[in-house]
Amino acid sequence: MNPNRRIGDVVLEASHISLRFGGVKALTDISLDVREHEVLAIIGPNGAGKSSMLNVINGVYHPQEGEVRYRGQVRQRMSAHLAARQGIARTFQNIALFKGMSVLDNIMTGRQHKLHASLLERALWWGRAEREELRERCRVEEIIDFLEIQHIRKTPVGRLPYGLQKRVELGRALAMEPTLLLLDEPMAGMNVEEKQDMCRFILDVNDEFGTTIVLIEHDMGVVMDISDRVVVLDYGKKIGDGAPDEVKHNPDVIAAYLGTAH
Amino acid sequence: MASPFDLPQQITTQAGTAADTFPQLLCRHAQERAERPAMREKDLGIWQTWNWRQVADEVRAMACGLNVRGVSRGDRVAIIGDNRPRLYWAMLAAQSIGALPVPLYQDAVADEMVFSLRDAGISVAVVEDQEQVDKLLEIREQLPALHTIVYDDTRGLRHYDATGLLSMDALLGEGRVFHEQHPAFFQLSVEAGQGHDLAIMLYTSGTTGQPKGVVHTFDSMIHTARAAAAMEGLTDREEVLAYLPMAWVGDNLFSFSQSMVCGFCVSCPESSTTVMTDMREIGPTYYFAPPRVFENLLTQVTIRMEDAGRIKRALFRYFMAHARKVGVRIVDKEPVGFWDRLGYRLGDWLVYGPVKNVLGFSRIRLAYTAGEAIGPELFAFYRALNINIKQLYGSTEAYVMVCVQPNGEVRADTVGKPAPGVEVRIDDKGEVLFRGPGVFHSYWQRADATAETRNAEGWVHTGDAGFIDDAGHLRIIDRAKDVGRLTDGTLFAPKYPENKLKFFPFIKEVVAFGDGREHAAAFINIDIEAVGNWAERRGLAYSGYTDLAAQDAVYELVRDCVEQVNESLSADSRLSGSQISRFLVLHKELDADDGELTRTRKVRRRFIAERYAPLVDALYSDASRGVIETEVRFEDGRSGRLSADLKIETARTYPRAA
Repeated sequence: MNPNRRIGDVVLEASHISLRFGGVKALTDISLDVREHEVLAIIGPNGAGKSSMLNVINGVYHPQEGEVRYRGQVRQRMSAHLAARQGIARTFQNIALFKGMSVLDNIMTGRQHKLHASLLERALWWGRAEREELRERCRVEEIIDFLEIQHIRKTPVGRLPYGLQKRVELGRALAMEPTLLLLDEPMAGMNVEEKQDMCRFILDVNDEFGTTIVLIEHDMGVVMDISDRVVVLDYGKKIGDGAPDEVKHNPDVIAAYLGTAH
Repeated sequence: MASPFDLPQQITTQAGTAADTFPQLLCRHAQERAERPAMREKDLGIWQTWNWRQVADEVRAMACGLNVRGVSRGDRVAIIGDNRPRLYWAMLAAQSIGALPVPLYQDAVADEMVFSLRDAGISVAVVEDQEQVDKLLEIREQLPALHTIVYDDTRGLRHYDATGLLSMDALLGEGRVFHEQHPAFFQLSVEAGQGHDLAIMLYTSGTTGQPKGVVHTFDSMIHTARAAAAMEGLTDREEVLAYLPMAWVGDNLFSFSQSMVCGFCVSCPESSTTVMTDMREIGPTYYFAPPRVFENLLTQVTIRMEDAGRIKRALFRYFMAHARKVGVRIVDKEPVGFWDRLGYRLGDWLVYGPVKNVLGFSRIRLAYTAGEAIGPELFAFYRALNINIKQLYGSTEAYVMVCVQPNGEVRADTVGKPAPGVEVRIDDKGEVLFRGPGVFHSYWQRADATAETRNAEGWVHTGDAGFIDDAGHLRIIDRAKDVGRLTDGTLFAPKYPENKLKFFPFIKEVVAFGDGREHAAAFINIDIEAVGNWAERRGLAYSGYTDLAAQDAVYELVRDCVEQVNESLSADSRLSGSQISRFLVLHKELDADDGELTRTRKVRRRFIAERYAPLVDALYSDASRGVIETEVRFEDGRSGRLSADLKIETARTYPRAA
């Protein structure tokens, strides 16, 4: 890992978050903070509340208790739409791409917020529409180059293998030029080589664009390798928070993973 | 811009051109065809073009920059990366100031690079990207001479602070400043270059022992490039896609020397995975590929046709059959009936044209293949589409060109006649020797090896066994050290029957035995995809590779292939003794992980003979079965034992033709 990367101040602070679905307690009194330019991993066994936590950060779920403070401001009624405007992008555990569209077009949808041309202009591909599309295409091409997917630029996403679809999804998230990138199991179902590639891309994104990254991942090897900090959840509670090495030796974490008697 | 009415300029070999080195040729192009495209690269989805004047500017800045960084006459500069314009220019820049460029294989791991880098005493390395920089930094301690690393692509390298590491942009900046202060430096140093100066060092792959650095002079390269260009009528309007490794002599001739000699434009693909698309967009007129690439292209066409609609499929079948029937004869300008000609025309319009367009072959005038034997079917397919594909035979020591097939004398089983100015002869042991103007200068710091390979009269040993046939064409039969004799004294070249068998889609790999034996015998590996597909169509059930390989029907299939090969071998008086009389189908695929193949997928004959000794013994006994137990390595690194009881069958052999 690159020692020169500067980890900055806290950009997002979640305090005392509790989230319930009816009687099910998904998250209980969780506090965590995310610092500028860091790679933060959230780990935990199945059903520990990792995705829920991501959804809270993203504004999809609204916790019953606690508050999320993003760049110093307490969030009121948050929505995914607003989160996107504030520079938060995410990828999903189950790939959520437009299967029939090409890789290029899929990534282009990530630039939607930069397009201002009217419907008529777009239909005629005239004036602003043309200028904007050329401009945004340049940006998209940079992302395609960055992720090394030139060879599938015009391939419909549905025809791609899983690992590449994941990469395209990362590309679409990057197209939003996020400052905070949320990755929900970016390496699930990948083989070793695909995982290595993905790790490299995540670190490169972090390094090249200074993007802060919060990721959920099951593969412990990956987590320990690429994260600056690891937060461990179990049954909706936070049981560990610290550098990878600290967390690895935390007795509660070991118990949660190895299933020692509670 | 040049007017579209300009006639392409034919390059002649006559003297008076007064350019003995590539940098001198570059300066000439920069004056004579300043605005013509010299190099293209697809970047961010768009083809970027540099004309000759711009290339000369870049090379000048790069040469001055290298000079600032302490590169002087006689130094060696390593060049490592995929085909990138700036890496080609780095070769020119190094040559401009009298340094010797040494392109290395970009996919070698760090440890494999150590030998060449140390052997050549590399002081400066110009590399493509972070991947290469990381490798060099990893082994830097073993390379005391290496003081500067220049990288082209800055991605991921921003925070690196190793000493002597700088970006190409920084180097060019330093060079431009230097050029302003010393405007005469570049010109003088280019003019100081002479034809007999060392121009390039290319490492041989090193299948036998350590790699050796083959050094060529400007004279040998320029002479070879000019002679070949004159023979094939190349002009400055050719289009070439540079996609083969820069460290390989073929790429050096086709994408570098010939472009410098003729002044045509070379295009670099966007990435190694986009070559197919880039081919289609560029539409090369001049193309080189090993048989493997031609085979992959054909497979892709076939698979896509299987998925096409019924009408398209029927059209494709009908017209391809027609092309097979008359295409080659039409291409060779032999007399063909009117209706056949008309049919071929129609086929060209409906099928051949579109197929060639998809492959990026629409504008192709000349295609070469070399390196290994090409299947006659495959060869005929491309020839029938009116693609002028020819075989050549070459080596790094010859700067590629030893033999090449002249137009109108193209055949699948020869490698052609000696190239212009080259003499070829066969010594009494059957080894092919050549001499000519393109012969290498020396092996780098290996006077012993140089003397061993090239004798006092200038004849170079190729290590290949071959003979010159009645039409004056050279035919290569095997590596000289693998050629043996049967007990009755007939010549036995294992590669010959092996290659013939491998042309069948069902057969993936063959190992033939026969040296010091009464007759020839072989191990055969089936191709699981082709045979599996064949079994499926016939409703044959099987559980896996081993099961399929042992089935009677499969043995029958293989025997049929073997007997066809035997029949064709019997027609050849010299090689009739190589007919396979007994064979078995191996229960597992030969694998590089088990050491049975080299990493480039060549059979390691001796190793296999030892490992499967009980099976070889069984082949040469009367037994109808052979038992073998071997250790295998699984893909996850574990190893286990695999035992098998294999059937041995006899194939019919044919009497030698009179």
